[in-house]
Amino acid sequence: MKNYRYVARSKSIAARALGDETMVMSASDSTLFTLNEVASVIWAAADGVTPLDEIVAKKICAQYDIAPEVAMKDAEAIVEGLADHGLLLLSDQPLTEPGSSRREAP
Amino acid sequence: MPGVTAVMQGSSVVVAIGGLPIRLRCDDPDFLRSIEERYAGYVSSSQSARFDFEIELAPAGTLSRDEDVRVTWDSGRWLMERGDFRAEWNPSTARGRIQQTLNPYSLDSVLRIVHTLLLAREGGFLLHASSAIRNGRAFLFSGVSGAGKTTMARLAPPDAALLTDEISYVTRQEGRYAAVGTPFFGELARAGENLQAPIEALYLLAKGPENKIEPITGTDAVCGLLGNILFFARDPEFVNLVFNTACDFAARIPVRRLTFAPDTSVWELIV
Repeated sequence: MKNYRYVARSKSIAARALGDETMVMSASDSTLFTLNEVASVIWAAADGVTPLDEIVAKKICAQYDIAPEVAMKDAEAIVEGLADHGLLLLSDQPLTEPGSSRREAP
Repeated sequence: MPGVTAVMQGSSVVVAIGGLPIRLRCDDPDFLRSIEERYAGYVSSSQSARFDFEIELAPAGTLSRDEDVRVTWDSGRWLMERGDFRAEWNPSTARGRIQQTLNPYSLDSVLRIVHTLLLAREGGFLLHASSAIRNGRAFLFSGVSGAGKTTMARLAPPDAALLTDEISYVTRQEGRYAAVGTPFFGELARAGENLQAPIEALYLLAKGPENKIEPITGTDAVCGLLGNILFFARDPEFVNLVFNTACDFAARIPVRRLTFAPDTSVWELIV
């Protein structure tokens, strides 16, 4: 059972959308990541205040032919993977202020 | 512009790479003479310099053999360290100090680091690449060690002006990218010509049975470029600067994969 509802882009990264993909570079170790089309949609919508299920419903299911439960499972795998690399912050509360309850990879 | 005369003034010599004059002071006249010889073609006859570095020579064996470069920002100074040198540089006072062994390549490394830091703020970078000017346009050939940078330089036709066989100097001037000659050389063991020209294309090198050019776009182009940019400081601000510069460069300059057989015919494709 996931213990987060909100996702936000880390401040310690540099990112740029290139076509349907997004490049993200970790500022801590200069590691490069390339996000595919769906991950890029989630990334762009990860503002810290929009719940992940709302992102999935409005940005993924509305745009792609995919069942909501499958889309949600895929989205969770994506955001947890990005959080493991320190690119995204996950929280059970809106991430409008630094220091709120959140999970970020070391 | 180039065409400078090598002149040593007292206990210092001014080396201007990429048009940026840096004065190097040292009490040892023999070492200064070696600097003048090492950077021939890039030694300025002008007294003026943007930055001053005092070089202190350490006895052989007093520094470590550590090969890792560390560049950190601390209390308004850049600290640069490797086994064979320790250096600090305060951009605000425009002064720095270098402690190194009697080895011109230590100074080479410090200068490369200083230029990467300065270029990052101006939208430029140093790139693992050979480069040459042909018909007024610069071509860059980038890759890791063994990819063929020096080979491309050796195969260059007589009408090409070689800028470097190892480290290309990329500047951004009025929104356009230009390549500038550097004294930083690889296996060719020869400094590049002190010239500059707008960049026509960046080729990412690969060796193969026949010559072939393929366009590279989007994230592949940026990844290919970023993988070869010299970058030492892990400071988040500088990571952002270099990342954004790489994205901008790849959006403006054609990036291509150049697979080549090592013979002069490859240059027939470079137009």
